[in-house]
Amino acid sequence: MSVNSSQLQLNQQGQLRHFLSVEGLSRELLTELLDTADSFLEVGERAVKKVPLLRGKTVCNVFFENSTRTRTTFELAAKRLSADVLNLNISTSSTSKGETLYDTLRNLEAMAADMFVVRHGDSGAAHFIAQKVCPDVAIINAGDGNHAHPTQAMLDMLTIRRHKGGFENLSVAIVGDILHSRVARSNMQALHTLGCPDIRVIAPRTLLPAGIEQYGVRVFNDLRIGLRDVDVVIMLRLQKERMQSGLLPSEGEFYRLYGLTSETLALAKPDALVMHPGPINRGVEIESAVADGPQSVILNQVTYGIAVRMAVMSMAMAGQNTQRQLNQEGQ
Amino acid sequence: MRLTIEGARVIDPASQFDQITDLHIAGGRIEAIGPAPEGFKAEVIDARGLIASPGLVDLNVSLREPGFSQKGTIASETRAAAAGGVTSLCCLPDSNPVLDEPAVAELILDRSERAGQVRVFPIAALTKGLDGEHLSELVSLRDAGCVAFTQGLAPMKSNRILRRALEYAAGFDLPVIFTPQDPALAEGGLAHEGPTASRLGLTGIPESAETVALARDLLLIEQTGVRAHFSGLSSARAMDMLADAQARGLPVTADLAMYQLMLCDEDLEGFSSLMHVQPPLRSRKDQHALRQAVQSGVVQAISSHHRPHEPEAKRVPFAASAPGISSVEVLLPLALSLVADGLLELPALLARLTCGPARALHLPAGQLSLGERADITLFDPAASSQIGQNWLSRGANCPFLGLGVPGAVTHTISAGRLVYQA
Repeated sequence: MSVNSSQLQLNQQGQLRHFLSVEGLSRELLTELLDTADSFLEVGERAVKKVPLLRGKTVCNVFFENSTRTRTTFELAAKRLSADVLNLNISTSSTSKGETLYDTLRNLEAMAADMFVVRHGDSGAAHFIAQKVCPDVAIINAGDGNHAHPTQAMLDMLTIRRHKGGFENLSVAIVGDILHSRVARSNMQALHTLGCPDIRVIAPRTLLPAGIEQYGVRVFNDLRIGLRDVDVVIMLRLQKERMQSGLLPSEGEFYRLYGLTSETLALAKPDALVMHPGPINRGVEIESAVADGPQSVILNQVTYGIAVRMAVMSMAMAGQNTQRQLNQEGQ
Repeated sequence: MRLTIEGARVIDPASQFDQITDLHIAGGRIEAIGPAPEGFKAEVIDARGLIASPGLVDLNVSLREPGFSQKGTIASETRAAAAGGVTSLCCLPDSNPVLDEPAVAELILDRSERAGQVRVFPIAALTKGLDGEHLSELVSLRDAGCVAFTQGLAPMKSNRILRRALEYAAGFDLPVIFTPQDPALAEGGLAHEGPTASRLGLTGIPESAETVALARDLLLIEQTGVRAHFSGLSSARAMDMLADAQARGLPVTADLAMYQLMLCDEDLEGFSSLMHVQPPLRSRKDQHALRQAVQSGVVQAISSHHRPHEPEAKRVPFAASAPGISSVEVLLPLALSLVADGLLELPALLARLTCGPARALHLPAGQLSLGERADITLFDPAASSQIGQNWLSRGANCPFLGLGVPGAVTHTISAGRLVYQA
């Protein structure tokens, strides 16, 4: 009765046509995506930072939630692929006139858009669009509720692979508000699929989702135990509203227990990477000196983010084109 | 109109009657069972190979009228009910205006009568506008035809007001229907708190949202002595608590939605908004316990929890979708799958669909007896049908569309009149 993620995301030849979630995608496909992103990194270093892969294609960034960084990197990625880019901040336009998500996107589709990059506050919004609204447009999930943020996960994976060479012998810790984090969910799945043998999550009980064991992770409530000898530390952003709902007593206590400081980072391996999906809260989850320190790769993540998004967009567009040809041949 | 149903296997769970015989109907009532009375001339339904059961009694249906005709009307939804083998249904007070005063009950009863399909027993709001604070005029509502009172999932303002409402109802022997859910523990929740909801990023509703409220309700039921029924409990733990209360002699009854016996939270995979229901679909283990409770009789009734919606209400992301499943018109075919599964023998299943629910709310329905109203459902146990052909409800929000099910309703007879024929 239900369509699983991999069926929805792949065309009949098993190529990516939508990128909704890391869940259900094979190690081979994720590796191909990272390899492709690696090749695009070089484009960013050229004087003319463009390749013609998406020339003549229209990419719509449809953001129902505000985001500067993610939207900007998607826009840059699309432009470096030579696509025409349209940015729509929907929270301030159609929906306030009562238009439904369905109608908004059907209208954009009618303007011959080839790809939608969608961010939405509801978990499953990207799935809904790919399945029920515009299956023939390539849908890229730029974050849906607490569910998934697959391009962020893949840029995190690219960062790890470029700095650590692979995943096979790594210990990776994800620290902070796992419960509300789509980044954490996608990262746990990506690390698992790519063969990382030791994935740790470190958080107070109130910020852990039920059934966290399903991700094949080890759970730690104590940062000082959980960080021991890890190769990578991924810090998550803590929203201030968590203090109001009884999840945490205060920012101060959270920082004391879970903040990444020079002292706590010393428990990890000496060459451990410090990562953060941004935007960072200095002094809430991470000490400034650590965020700006020699082990931090937070800004590299941003650079890699463009390459990863170029890879995702070019692969999904190719997969959608192939599917269209298959459909035409089938007719 | 006179009618003879010839050669059916007649199963009346209330009287434990089960044999192949004839039923003779005149003036809307059952005139004879077995040989026809002297000189009885009637239209004949050849029912050889069919089963004749008392018409089904569905304790939980949203008719959507007045107020939500885009979702359903009394005419459309009672017609759908007849197709599901239902001849009596209880409608919820979740209309607009809320069924909290006699005029609304009268309107619903008038329109049901005009629709002429099945018998409708209104359930009224326990508090005005379901506000949880001001008691509805319970006795006036009873006098207008309401058979029970409920808040549904709408919370009471305080335990003190709940206690008083129950005491007041108990004083007039008025039944109260509970769907326990602690609003604070369930706040913002969309799905059963567990691995599936976590992976999908859907805010969870913990089992304790149900059990905490259920524990309070059971204590207040015991203290006030109110006649109590539970509708749509969702967890294994709640089934244990209900069984314990019954074992201690508390006369509490319960019904479950048919879909709760078929679906669980794993069906939310893929974010199908058709699976969005309230209370939420819980784990496979919970589903198993609900099925066991139906088998053991801790749960006396299976109902549809019919919630028709217009297409737009479900054509949105899961979180934004309106909860509920439209399924009254497939209640009997879906329920027959429990016999095919080996969970219940056919007479026991029919008991959960007829006399079980009728007795829970003291409704004059759900059995076949001489001189009583002829509400009869005929079905072919050997046939199979595919759900969704000739869909009648205004709401097509049914996750079972396309599913093959055993058995097919062939005739539904309400007060001696054929209201549905396949």
